[in-house]
Amino acid sequence: MRPSPVRLLNILVPVKRAVDYAVKIRVNPQQTGIDTNVKHSMNPFDEIAVEEAVRLRERLKTAVKSIQAVTIGPSKSSETLRTALAMGADSAIHVELPDSSAAPEPLAVAKTLRAIIQRKQENSEPIDLVILGKQAIDDDLGLTGQMLAGLLGWPQATFASKLDLDLDKKSALVVREIDGGGEEIQCRLPLIVTTDLRYLLCNTEPRYASLPNIMKAKKKPIEKLTAADLGVDLTPQLEMLKVAEPPKRIGGGKVDSVDGLIAKLKEAGITAV
Amino acid sequence: MLRARTAALFARPLLSRSYATPSSPHALVFLEHRNGVLDSGSLSALTAAAQLGGQVTGLIVGAPEHVQTAVEKAKSFKGLNALLHSTSPQYAEPLPEVLTPLFEKLLSGSSPFSHVISSTSSSAKSLLPRVAARLDAPAVSDVTSLEHDAASNSTTFTRPIYAGNAIATVRAPPSIPIKFFTVRGTAFNAAPEDTSANVEIKAIDPVEVADAPTEHIKTTLAKSDRPELGVAARVVSGGRALKDKDTFAATLYPLADVLGAAVGASRAAVDAGYADNSLQVGQTGKVVAPELYMALGISGAIQHLAGMKDSKLIVAINKDPDAPIFQIADVGLVADLFQVVPELIEKLKQ
Repeated sequence: MRPSPVRLLNILVPVKRAVDYAVKIRVNPQQTGIDTNVKHSMNPFDEIAVEEAVRLRERLKTAVKSIQAVTIGPSKSSETLRTALAMGADSAIHVELPDSSAAPEPLAVAKTLRAIIQRKQENSEPIDLVILGKQAIDDDLGLTGQMLAGLLGWPQATFASKLDLDLDKKSALVVREIDGGGEEIQCRLPLIVTTDLRYLLCNTEPRYASLPNIMKAKKKPIEKLTAADLGVDLTPQLEMLKVAEPPKRIGGGKVDSVDGLIAKLKEAGITAV
Repeated sequence: MLRARTAALFARPLLSRSYATPSSPHALVFLEHRNGVLDSGSLSALTAAAQLGGQVTGLIVGAPEHVQTAVEKAKSFKGLNALLHSTSPQYAEPLPEVLTPLFEKLLSGSSPFSHVISSTSSSAKSLLPRVAARLDAPAVSDVTSLEHDAASNSTTFTRPIYAGNAIATVRAPPSIPIKFFTVRGTAFNAAPEDTSANVEIKAIDPVEVADAPTEHIKTTLAKSDRPELGVAARVVSGGRALKDKDTFAATLYPLADVLGAAVGASRAAVDAGYADNSLQVGQTGKVVAPELYMALGISGAIQHLAGMKDSKLIVAINKDPDAPIFQIADVGLVADLFQVVPELIEKLKQ
């Protein structure tokens, strides 16, 4: 007889297209932002989120009904969705923004995600689990997951390094990274999870999409929506006044021996305690 | 006189703030503690709050047995005009789902607060954005400097983006009635003690959350006798070149002990299991700015530099003369660290 989980799981994974983590960024001469004419890829934390969703399905098999990726961004963001699909997501939603529009703030992103989750609810396809990266490596804000949890009134498990679902109890046991160590919490579903890099330790690195999977991903559906379709306003509330280079730090050169090193330390007033 | 001003601010209805008359800022600072011991990051948040130029009210929450200790300690720090505290067995652990309703109650209706501030700690990073969203307000993370213009009721912040490779200046305009931000601890001095301070202390009722959706099971803290990494004056940090967990410990710990330093690690060292997660320095770990940062066997990837490049004196020891760390190190030594570290320890002891 088929085991009877309360209901099959629908997982939503928001992803962001960001400047590749290995790129040395350059501030533009107008000081309005950075030169974005560089390699972009999926935000590394989001890659871990997708990987975790796919691994949940590998563990829970058919109990995971769907994994849907979603992104909010200009037309090129669809590449990021294709990557998520090639990694194992079933379908995707692209909330498309004009290429010229400013990057939406986390609160607006959270409201957009809430609108999507509410649409799914109305279509009898309720989301049980949202897995997000803990921060985007471009704005480094780290707000969206918590804001979404606040808007929905759902529990949140931030900086998660381990996630164990108990489908019978509709709950999750989560290990979180906190200052000075770790913390274990139990959360009811539906739940918002944000991933720490440490997922890599508990599992393995996010998979590379294989060529056959990349080909398959091209056939998977991407639903296109606009902010207006969802009734959300993505206009930033904060004003970006300036983006500047950080003060440049110049190395002080090398010494050729331990004695030289100790002399420099003494000069700076540093001795053994 | 301060006390009277605080009382007046508390009594003032929200409506008066919507008129064009400029109002003085009033910050609510979330003061964090562990078992009654205040977090040093919260003292930096107090300094940041004072820079707004208005009233500063602290908030301490927790289990009954710890809050009194924390309140006693907190009231002697400079810059605080008032201190609110709320205790409940439910508040023993800082679960955002349980604490958010209390913040909502404090900040809605006729709230006098114009800013909500905390350090960029893991618990505040979880809690504050949730509260901000409940109040339909944006938030600014990891602020390194700020300036408030009382006349226009706008606050301008700077904060690092792209792993510290650019500095953004953002302005929260008057249209945002409550401005939420977290403060990078290493960018602000800790508020000094000031025992003469006249702080109004007030208990507020907890907001009990029936049937909370999240339950705390346990906390595991990495134990160490060394100074805490985030606030240590000296840090000795190791990378992948340390080979394994035992070598990491055998090489770094004696040097850290001689210098009275905290131990840090690069992500490579943490991922390889040489060091505990909580020791990671970098964009995704801790941001430190000690007097001395000693990088041993660390190449200096962008993500690592994001966590330590504001250190006063950076010393690098690496076999590879082309390692990027040498471009920012004040003192570099190209050498095999397994040879020079023991020598360094011996000579420092002399």
